[in-house]
Amino acid sequence: MKNFLSALQTPSELRIEKSGEKIPGRKIKLFRPDYKFIRPEGDSEIAVEKLNIYIKDQHILKDINVRIPDKKITCIIGPSGCGKSTLLKTFNRLIDNVEGVRIEGKVLVNGEDIISSGTDITSFRRKMGLISQRPCPLPMSIYDNIAYGCRIHGIRNRRKLNLIVEHYLCAAGLWEEVKDRLHTPAVRLSIGQQQRLCLARSLAVEPQFILADEATSALDPLSSKTIEELFVKLKQDYSIILVTHTLRQALRIADYVVFMYLGEIIEAGEAEQVFNHPRHELTKNYLSGAFS
Amino acid sequence: MNIRILKDRTASGVMFFLTVISLLLVFVMGIGLYLKSAPVFEEHTLKELLFSANWKPMKGQFGFLPFIMGTIWVTGIAVAMALPIALLTAVFLTEYAKSYVRKYVFPALDILAALPSVIYGVWGTLLIVPWISNKLAPHFVDFSTGYTVLAGGIVLGIMILPLLVSLFIEIFSSVPAEFREASLSLGATKWQTTKFVIIRKTMPGILAAVVLAISRALGETIAVLMVCGNLPEVPRSLLDSCYPIPALIANNYGEMLSLPLYEAALMFAALILFVVVLFFNVISRVVLYRLEKTFN
Amino acid sequence: MKFFEEKIFRFLMIVATLVVFGFVISIIWTIASRGWGAMSWDMITKLPGGGFYIGKEGGFLNAIVGSLYIVGASTILGLLISIPVVFYLNVYLKKKSKFAYIARLAYDILFGIPSIVYGAFGFTIMIYLGLRTSLAGGIIVITLLIIPIFIRSMDEIAREFPRDILDTTYSLGATRYESMRVVLRQIAPGIATATLLSVGRAIGDAAAVMFTAGYTDSIPTSLSQPAATLPLAVFFQLSSPVKEVQDRAYAAALVLTLIVLILSIAGRFITNRFSKNKLQ
Repeated sequence: MKNFLSALQTPSELRIEKSGEKIPGRKIKLFRPDYKFIRPEGDSEIAVEKLNIYIKDQHILKDINVRIPDKKITCIIGPSGCGKSTLLKTFNRLIDNVEGVRIEGKVLVNGEDIISSGTDITSFRRKMGLISQRPCPLPMSIYDNIAYGCRIHGIRNRRKLNLIVEHYLCAAGLWEEVKDRLHTPAVRLSIGQQQRLCLARSLAVEPQFILADEATSALDPLSSKTIEELFVKLKQDYSIILVTHTLRQALRIADYVVFMYLGEIIEAGEAEQVFNHPRHELTKNYLSGAFS
Repeated sequence: MNIRILKDRTASGVMFFLTVISLLLVFVMGIGLYLKSAPVFEEHTLKELLFSANWKPMKGQFGFLPFIMGTIWVTGIAVAMALPIALLTAVFLTEYAKSYVRKYVFPALDILAALPSVIYGVWGTLLIVPWISNKLAPHFVDFSTGYTVLAGGIVLGIMILPLLVSLFIEIFSSVPAEFREASLSLGATKWQTTKFVIIRKTMPGILAAVVLAISRALGETIAVLMVCGNLPEVPRSLLDSCYPIPALIANNYGEMLSLPLYEAALMFAALILFVVVLFFNVISRVVLYRLEKTFN
Repeated sequence: MKFFEEKIFRFLMIVATLVVFGFVISIIWTIASRGWGAMSWDMITKLPGGGFYIGKEGGFLNAIVGSLYIVGASTILGLLISIPVVFYLNVYLKKKSKFAYIARLAYDILFGIPSIVYGAFGFTIMIYLGLRTSLAGGIIVITLLIIPIFIRSMDEIAREFPRDILDTTYSLGATRYESMRVVLRQIAPGIATATLLSVGRAIGDAAAVMFTAGYTDSIPTSLSQPAATLPLAVFFQLSSPVKEVQDRAYAAALVLTLIVLILSIAGRFITNRFSKNKLQ
């Protein structure tokens, strides 16, 4: 957390650091406050073993085996309809909401199988921040958008919420732009700001992973550049999994690349290796633009 | 000129004519009802008509208060009963239920919507009225026929259920899936998502749907007529009889021709209904159209 | 705590859905059990005989035939008027036309206006035209009543018709009038569903025909004679103090319910078939 913060040197942040040190009646150390959730130290890793997903007798994901490394940007690439988004949705089990779905195999998050066990799905989903393709601010004010997740998880103290909101809006580089209108509806923000708001909202519940489903495809080039830069900063503290259509984006920011085709993982490895020396014919063709 | 283009033009003209004519129906209806009810305005002020409880048509006294109050009571009970049921059912069907559940519930709602008003009336007299008279009322009053405000409210509530549920389902399912995913991925439960995101997002639509259902309930005639008791007095409790406006019109329309002022008064009753329903409909439809637009 | 809340509301939702289901079953069961006992072949094949209203023999064929006359005629008239309107709204007007917006709003409003108001309005028009309560009056009012239903339910389906297909026909040199045939083919199942829906509404409506069609014990032979209808048969006979006459009301209610049930199930069947075709 500390190094991530040092990357953000905005004056307002220094101000909270000072002002937040003492809250009457209890000691709160800022940025390591006794918020209920703090990103756990140590590895956060996803390991997928023999994952098969069927939706209404259609075999969507076939025998997926992959490890997602800690604190890296992992890009999942591949032509449309190859199961990228399905894989991403399996990671936070939003796939459960799909009608007629059947899941076989294991998805181990920090060694715990999230598919079979009767995991408390809500506290588990908290660990997986999701950024969707179209930014979707919840129908409330900017402030409440950030505070929503914290309130859900039981933080009601107004003072703490103020700190959290400011902190994560800063983290998403949005604070300066919105600090004067925190209580206006979030839909009035521009689309690029909305996406950063969504990012801040996910960060506010202290996830370990950030899942982004083509998070920049609806944005203008400038906003998507801002988001990309944020991702690069964030990877010091979070594992980021990015589904993307744009190869160039993957080239720019990926540390690790997974190439999928028709529901199978064709190739996975370090970005440099996959991009420069693809082992598989299909990967080669895809990278050279033979099919999209 | 080309015969084909001539055909096209003619068709266009005919269609435009038909469209405009059918649209004019709204205005013609309003104007017609107003002209017909005009005589009653010459003898009484609007205030007297709306707020007096004196209803003695033979003596030329037309106070609509008992009927207006009867309508409001019955409609109020109907909405109070139907709204929670409809909201919960709609949430269940859109957010929770598997598709096979929907496969059984939708036809049931279809049937509920399709049943004629008179059938509801028969059901009400056979089941609800005796139930109130024998089981419920003895706890509170000495005697009740069962033909009460409450009976009317219950029957009417069931009648507006299918309308409310189908409107709610339409509204809820117009919310893009991303909103649900955004909230769920923060660790919210389904109900929290529904409460804080879906219902909040669709609040204007929900209100519009309720207004629409109210306006449907206001005009319902035969079923209410059959179970309400039809006493021209302002009801004081749920177990009093009442006499809603549509029932008044239906019961008296044939026999009033001898008294011109009576006819005008009944037309005024129809005009009240028309104006209120028109007003409610315009508001709620405009809101619903807006909502549809923002999501598409 | 939040899981507790979740469980409670889940439970309430299931209860609410079951309550809705329960109402349907209760209504149908009540009508069926009371009506079935009173039902006989004579009921639906005979006219009311002498002394019918004090419990002597006879049936309510007059009401069945009267309802069929009114509903049949007004459905045909309604279709003749509303199909061109739907085409005008969807083929001739532009997608974002202001006029179309206002027209749709107006039809939605007309759809919401209570049938008793239609009845009262229809009655004044009839007096204005010098008509008495008659078959013709009933047909006119019911036609007015179902036109908005026709238009809005057909329009819902026609709106989903992709405009690209229209552009394709235009680019082949067809006029708008000629390309209507393509649209007609596509929305035919929609027209069928709308018709069933409207017929169901028309046959069950009592308030509008009360003053306009009147009531009679015989089958009308011309448009100027009054006609009986099923809902009114139920309503009038139920208000009789004689038990036999009340029983006939229950029998008539059963007939009415059966007709409406069949229409509703058929409507859903067609919609399902239609949407299946669309997916493929």
